[in-house]
Amino acid sequence: MAKLRQCAIYGKGGIGKSTTTQNLVAALAEAGKKVMIVGCDPKADSTRLILHAKMQNTVMQLAADAGSVEDLELEDVLQVGFKGIKCAESGGPEPGVGCAGRGVITAINFLEEEGAYDEELDFVFYDVLGDVVCGGFAMPIREGKAQEIYIVVSGEMMAMYAANNIAKGIVKYANSGGVRLAGLICNSRKTDREDELIMALAEKIGTQMIHFVPRDNAVQHAEIRRMTVIEYDPNHKQANEYRALAQKIVDNKKFVIPNPLEMEELEELLMEFGIMEVEDEAIVGKTAAELAA
Amino acid sequence: MQTVEDTKPCFPLFNDPEYQDLLARKREQWEEMPSKDKVAETFAWTTSQEYQDLNFKREALTINPAKVCQPLGGALCGMGFEKTMVYIHGSQGCVAYFRTYFNRHFKEPIAFIADSMTEDAAVFGGQKNVHEGLQNATKLYGAKMIAVCTTCIAEVIGDDLGAFIGNARKEGNVEKDFPIPYANTPSFVGSHITGWDNMFEGIVSYFTQTTMDGKVVGSNKKINIVPGFETYLGNYRVIKRMLKEMDVDYTFLCDPEEVLDTPANGEYEMYAGGTTIDEVKDAPNAITTFMLQPTSLEKSKKFVEGTWNHEVPKINIPMGVEWTDEFLMKVSEVTGKPIPASLLKERGRLVDMMTDSHAWLHGKKMAVFGDPDFLLGLVKVMLELGIEPTHILCNNSNKRWEKRMKALLESSPYGVHGKVYAGCDLWHLRSLCFTDKPDFIVGSTYGKTIQRDTLHKGPEFEVPLIRLGFPIFDRHHLHRMTTLGYEGGMYLVTTLTNAVLELLDEKTKLMNNTDYNYDIVR
Repeated sequence: MAKLRQCAIYGKGGIGKSTTTQNLVAALAEAGKKVMIVGCDPKADSTRLILHAKMQNTVMQLAADAGSVEDLELEDVLQVGFKGIKCAESGGPEPGVGCAGRGVITAINFLEEEGAYDEELDFVFYDVLGDVVCGGFAMPIREGKAQEIYIVVSGEMMAMYAANNIAKGIVKYANSGGVRLAGLICNSRKTDREDELIMALAEKIGTQMIHFVPRDNAVQHAEIRRMTVIEYDPNHKQANEYRALAQKIVDNKKFVIPNPLEMEELEELLMEFGIMEVEDEAIVGKTAAELAA
Repeated sequence: MQTVEDTKPCFPLFNDPEYQDLLARKREQWEEMPSKDKVAETFAWTTSQEYQDLNFKREALTINPAKVCQPLGGALCGMGFEKTMVYIHGSQGCVAYFRTYFNRHFKEPIAFIADSMTEDAAVFGGQKNVHEGLQNATKLYGAKMIAVCTTCIAEVIGDDLGAFIGNARKEGNVEKDFPIPYANTPSFVGSHITGWDNMFEGIVSYFTQTTMDGKVVGSNKKINIVPGFETYLGNYRVIKRMLKEMDVDYTFLCDPEEVLDTPANGEYEMYAGGTTIDEVKDAPNAITTFMLQPTSLEKSKKFVEGTWNHEVPKINIPMGVEWTDEFLMKVSEVTGKPIPASLLKERGRLVDMMTDSHAWLHGKKMAVFGDPDFLLGLVKVMLELGIEPTHILCNNSNKRWEKRMKALLESSPYGVHGKVYAGCDLWHLRSLCFTDKPDFIVGSTYGKTIQRDTLHKGPEFEVPLIRLGFPIFDRHHLHRMTTLGYEGGMYLVTTLTNAVLELLDEKTKLMNNTDYNYDIVR
């Protein structure tokens, strides 16, 4: 058996991390890889397409029902879906109460202690909520866990800001451990010159755009059936895109400590591609009336 | 009135009329206490079956836990290594608590340090605290090793201890090769026994994980002894003595016996005794590793089996006759050394004592509470003595323990009435002592409130406490006693028998009433 590769997927909220992860994982499984997904998001939507479920029972929910995490058994929390993909969701509290980050820590510790990371596995993917906001959401990139980070991004300004911020977080952990940035996955929003822009961003950060996933309605069609494209319509061209992404990840050798951009550099890049207007200092703080005068 | 010539302590001073008067006025004016009748009625209700049923439906609340939190166990483990300073990554209050807890039990000064996490550390993470704390600690305390464990605050915010310590080395806060093993010990998971297990695994993996090349199982001809969370100092001593008598070379992996029993000779010893780093490094070369508390050392066992390739003997905690036999025979088997006549004689003495006292103990009903392995051992001893354990309550148990305890009870006719209460607290036990009264409770000092409460219902309801376990705060020097081996069996028989006899004297000392049985010879 090859060494287990553990990968974490980060990216701005709503960018399509969970959808991309599940399609990617489905493609890996289709190619015969043994994969586990660990959803690290209180919304618990990281495994629904694999399990055809509305929402998988989460470790934290089951622990709350059982009384404590110690009362759980591995089979309670680990479900098997499409092509033998193992699925677990950390879950967490409702917004405004408790600590979601702790939920992630508890869930991952539980899976490790109970032997979910068995010798058969080729890949583990952590699908992590939004930004690295606290120790809990950084748990997957701690020493001994995920070594490869993929950031899902699009040509939209805020997605790129977020990607750059995540890169900053990775630098912090890369210096003390073995975690590396493995690439940007561009999940297209059909903005202008999107591929060129993300490639330029990747180059500046010191990484690669590992794949450009075009926008296609097939993904949504599959999603309303709680399926990945790979499963729903394996002959669709979009399925091949995810297969290509999967193959690139299998072959990936480019793991770097990122070199995140300063805010000004990032803005320059955005201006170069016409996403951001060149700032006109003359108009700052002027009301409409003043400008009209 | 307190006077210099006749200084009275708290009791009986507060029974003097002026204090009684003051307390009565305080109650009346400030305490807003419900009427005496209401209090009595409520008390009576809490002793009923109806209340017990409600009590056992309790879900979200623990009352009077019979366990402590993880870092306390981690700290005890750290103390057992030579010149090791226990460093707790968290707030000061936690550490003050661990220190006083051990002070009160061992009556010894306890040196642990904290890195004083405050609000800003909770927001920004505790890395700065770790860096400065390690820097200070290595300079100030002359330690050879710093064993780090964590508290709730660091765990909730997810501090990455391994990375913090690595960064501290990189930035020069501590020397690159200064030994700093660590363990994550979140207080809200498991109990002190889990913390001990985690810290132990942290320490042995730190020194052996990456240096297994050239290690050969059995090459140092020793056996390793892992005590687990052990607070009877006599237990360290008795195991060492028995192994010495067997001429078996051993390494006690974690040995706080000296540091918890330093002499008063005018010199303060912050460190004393303990397992050396070299001994830890050499431990994989041993023939095998004995886990004295087998149900509480899962993580350690996994490490010892997985990394050291030791075949960990399947034994029970060596308490009582049969399980001490089992331990010694296993030691004999793996080392090839015979069990000497001296131990056979000691065994015979214990059996003699058991037969001498048996008549007094036979059929006595006892409720017991404490740590999982200690309870297994204690129940085993009781069954060997003909005592009937009735309520066996373990706050920090797991499912495997429950199964083992049930199987143990089934193995003896004295066990048929034994009921196992896993994950229950002392408020549950209080209910049980009212509705299904045992003759005695056996457990830590915290059982004494149950004795008081049962007495309050009436003298015939009182369930006296026999102090065995941890912590024992209200009696002196019991922590120096022994519960393991034949010697431990002797202490247990003595303690249990004399408790029975003392109670009998208590009940029969009324002249011309019950003193027909107030005998000189028992």
